[in-house]
Amino acid sequence: MAAKDDLGTRGEAMAARYLELAGLSIVDRNWRCPQGEIDLVAQDGTELVFVEVKTRSSVAFGHPLEAITASKLARLRRLAAAWCEAHPGNHDRIRIDAVGIIVPAVGDVEVDHLERVF
Amino acid sequence: MAIGRTWSVSLLGLRGAVVEIEADISSNLPAFVLIGLPDAALGEAKDRVRSAAINSGCALPNRKITVNLSPAALPKHGSGFDLAIALAALAAAGSIRSESIDTVLHIGELGLDGRLRPIDGILPCVLAAFRAGFSTVMVATGNADEASLVPGVRIVPVASLRDAAIWHGGEFAPEPVDAILRPAPQELTADSGDLADVAGNVDAVEAMVVAAAGGHHVFLLGPPGAGKTMLASRLPGLLPDLDAEAALEVSSIRSLCGLPVGGSLTLRPPLESPHHTATAAALVGGGSGQIRPGAAARASHGVLFLDEAPEFSRTVLDALRQPLESGVISIHRANAVAHFPGRFQLVMAANPCPCGQYGARDSECTCPPNSRRKYVGRLSGPLLDRIDIQFRVQRITAAQLRLSAEGSHTSSAEARRRVVDARAVAAERLARTPWSVNSEVPGTWLRGPATRLGVSTTASIDRALERGGITMRGYDRVLRLAWTICDLDGATAPTEAHVGQALYLRRAISS
Repeated sequence: MAAKDDLGTRGEAMAARYLELAGLSIVDRNWRCPQGEIDLVAQDGTELVFVEVKTRSSVAFGHPLEAITASKLARLRRLAAAWCEAHPGNHDRIRIDAVGIIVPAVGDVEVDHLERVF
Repeated sequence: MAIGRTWSVSLLGLRGAVVEIEADISSNLPAFVLIGLPDAALGEAKDRVRSAAINSGCALPNRKITVNLSPAALPKHGSGFDLAIALAALAAAGSIRSESIDTVLHIGELGLDGRLRPIDGILPCVLAAFRAGFSTVMVATGNADEASLVPGVRIVPVASLRDAAIWHGGEFAPEPVDAILRPAPQELTADSGDLADVAGNVDAVEAMVVAAAGGHHVFLLGPPGAGKTMLASRLPGLLPDLDAEAALEVSSIRSLCGLPVGGSLTLRPPLESPHHTATAAALVGGGSGQIRPGAAARASHGVLFLDEAPEFSRTVLDALRQPLESGVISIHRANAVAHFPGRFQLVMAANPCPCGQYGARDSECTCPPNSRRKYVGRLSGPLLDRIDIQFRVQRITAAQLRLSAEGSHTSSAEARRRVVDARAVAAERLARTPWSVNSEVPGTWLRGPATRLGVSTTASIDRALERGGITMRGYDRVLRLAWTICDLDGATAPTEAHVGQALYLRRAISS
């Protein structure tokens, strides 16, 4: 596995733990369909949350949240619709969140959680 | 509350409007949105501001930053808003004190390294800030000289965004940088020469002194080599020093055009001599986005010299009619009107015909009468109508040259003293009127009870009027010139000789 994929997987695990600590319950991870992949799906009270996780080892190439572009968000929205179709149930309240994680070689991990980014 | 608010200035012509700059930071993916009718240069401010903030060590938060320029409907131009935008965003992020930036007006362009660059037009900007009641203005170090020309405003020069943030209570360690300064101003164009250089042509020299004393527009007609250009370029040297308000206006226009202003106001009247290929926009000002002043505005309170006047296109010359009439240049666009000062003294020089020799004593004109008529006919009647002095200049002969070498010459300094005295006399006479120099006085007032001349004095022009030699408007112009000549002579009222001399100054085209 490439180092960057490894970092991504670690980041997603950290994000899941962070969200669980914040009171959300994880419903699904790395759900794939022909259109792409959703990193995390979580339940926050009555709301279903689709989470894009972006992890970087430094801000040398910008903050991870800056890498979430408008086209990525648009795809995430389509994916959210596809997930709901694949998992029948009452999904009338959904939202899209973003989590940016910086994992420096030394020092503390930094997690930045943004709600309702789309 | 994640809102920062500060102020800057948007210029329209010479008038500045204060613009409020609000920055809001909302919990969303990082983005920088700039709203409120920015032009292309201002729209790029978001990229400059973000880079400058990072590189000067006071980074903006990784959130969505929305900056609003209000009033939103007013079009805004240029890069002078960078500093205000950056500081409003930093205040919204809580890095600096909001109350501190709210009372200060900021003008400056940011470089990507966070240093502040000087901008053009700082003088009218600071003036607008002062008139809007701001007592403190923060500018780039490179603009400090020019900005401090406005009295009554405290100027805070800063070299970088970091310095600005520290001044506003940001907790950053000072990091000295080399301030970006303007290139040292080149010495102003070589002195326009002294009146004493003019050989012979005593009448023409006197005509220029009269023009300077009364503020009269001048039209010089004569063959090539008669010294028209030489005479015209010496006119600014004869004009008195500018008063404080005029000097501020002249420097403001220079500042707006990006010309060096330096650390003190120029007191000498400007001279502008555009080439005859100039367009109307070059002469009176124009431009599609930002409306820029033209040569006529730069010549305000000084001399606008049009050499080879008939070679200018007719529409270009006629564009000068409005400023000649009102003293203000107004440029209209769909969304705005810009006003520039346009109180210049017009000097036009022309050859009498395409070959230039018509009327010369020593050579023959080769032009057919028709082309000769057409040539001078390019100057429209309404334009010539506004010109008091219409003087024919002759090439000097060898005998005149020898004579003038022996005789004494009037120097510019000497002539200027006479002009200053004459203007003082005129100002005293016109003290209770809206005018200050003779060229502004309307004919009805000159013929009115207060200043009416005796029948014997005006006999020569009365006769000329009767015979159709001059029009009624021409009559009034002769009266004005007569008053100026009388002021120069130190007499209390024009005599017959003064009127005769005035008539002589208007005989270029008819003779």
